[in-house]
Amino acid sequence: MMQPGDIPALPRGVRLHYDAIRETWVLLAPERAVTLDGIGHAILSEVDGTRSFAEIIDLLAKKFNAPAEHITKDSDDFLQALRLRRFLEVSP
Amino acid sequence: MSIPPPIAMLAELTHRCPLSCPYCSNPIEMARQDQELDTDTWTRVFHEAAALGVLQLHLSGGEPASRRDLEALVRAARDAGLYTNLITSGIGLTEKRLGALDGAGLDHVQLSLQGTSPEMADEIGGYKGGFKRKMQVAEWIGQIGFPLTLNAVLHRRNLHQLPRALEMAVEMGARRIEVATVQFHGWALKNRDAFMPTRDQAREATRIVAQARKELAGVLVIDYVPADYHEDYPKRCMGGWGTTGLNVTPDGLVLPCHAAQTIKHLTFDRVQDKPLADIWYQGAAFNAYRGTGWMAEPCKSCERKTIDFGGCRCQAMAILGDPNATDPVCIKSPHHGALQATADTHASQAGASLVYRAQPRRATEPL
Repeated sequence: MMQPGDIPALPRGVRLHYDAIRETWVLLAPERAVTLDGIGHAILSEVDGTRSFAEIIDLLAKKFNAPAEHITKDSDDFLQALRLRRFLEVSP
Repeated sequence: MSIPPPIAMLAELTHRCPLSCPYCSNPIEMARQDQELDTDTWTRVFHEAAALGVLQLHLSGGEPASRRDLEALVRAARDAGLYTNLITSGIGLTEKRLGALDGAGLDHVQLSLQGTSPEMADEIGGYKGGFKRKMQVAEWIGQIGFPLTLNAVLHRRNLHQLPRALEMAVEMGARRIEVATVQFHGWALKNRDAFMPTRDQAREATRIVAQARKELAGVLVIDYVPADYHEDYPKRCMGGWGTTGLNVTPDGLVLPCHAAQTIKHLTFDRVQDKPLADIWYQGAAFNAYRGTGWMAEPCKSCERKTIDFGGCRCQAMAILGDPNATDPVCIKSPHHGALQATADTHASQAGASLVYRAQPRRATEPL
């Protein structure tokens, strides 16, 4: 579980990339390319290495006019999966 | 069937290499240095690849550091918008060169590991002092901060070192390790007696990997290539022929996989002659085994036919002499039992000597 104060960051070698051929956003990582849906791209667009998880949820809730608890669940699952693949670092 | 654009390109920049690993995936007939594509041609190919849809570029060889223009090639690939991965033994890289590669925008390094001790690594690589040098290179990689994958190539002689290889990956700060049991193509086919794992070794490796994946979750990602001959289903080779990746040889041939030249009836196009997109979509070799139309039984009616696409074409060729046959690894192949017996025979050849990979001929040497 991500804690509200946790700060997620993309580590070196992991970056967002717009794939103009397939017309989609992808996350490029060592020897991997992960296709992002709109939600995944929206979450990662707010990850800048300084914002906390709580701040990111707040921004997304305002942007999409959606309940924070839904966004928390989606974002937590998504970020945890990236973390397990070593595509995301989290500092407390 | 609509043909997807490729995701990955393996650029074999050179067949030259300081090491001579007996399982090298390079072909027996290697390209000479004077036949290698120059910087400008590779640069054009990188741009064509990006325009075609390639996202991941693997710079390999031979040893890519044997190319003096490696830094320029990395910069060209990044300019084209590609994610750049250097696949290296580390030999030929200095602290200064790694700094220059950092400046050029290199994204990631995959460092090979021939063994976890100097004795093992230097014997397998055929290069004295190679292990020590590699450990120094790993330290520089860590200091610069390149993301690192350790690629441990395992076989009967060194499978007992797997636990130590996992520890080393963690100590080096690698995010990922490839635990790759030798696949028998290229030079490895000459070394089946020396390298074939025993069935018990293969089973033990699978157990160790499963346990390590639990213990190291979130610390180290483990990609595992099991001992193919001891499996019941074949590998989904290249993610499906002509669907995911392509390979460019040092002299410009475009191959669907690195061993495709062993299938003698295939013809290959060159990047010097045709645009990469034409080769990918229309090339005879790419269309030869694309999809499922080429299949015969038991593949044709198999429920797994779009899972593993009948396995490896080059393996069917190497073992059965028929590239259209079901990969004999498959339990449904009539040759599965014979392959397993062959594997056990190879695995029992204690003391078999190594056949080392040769070097490309020089321009002046006769054929």
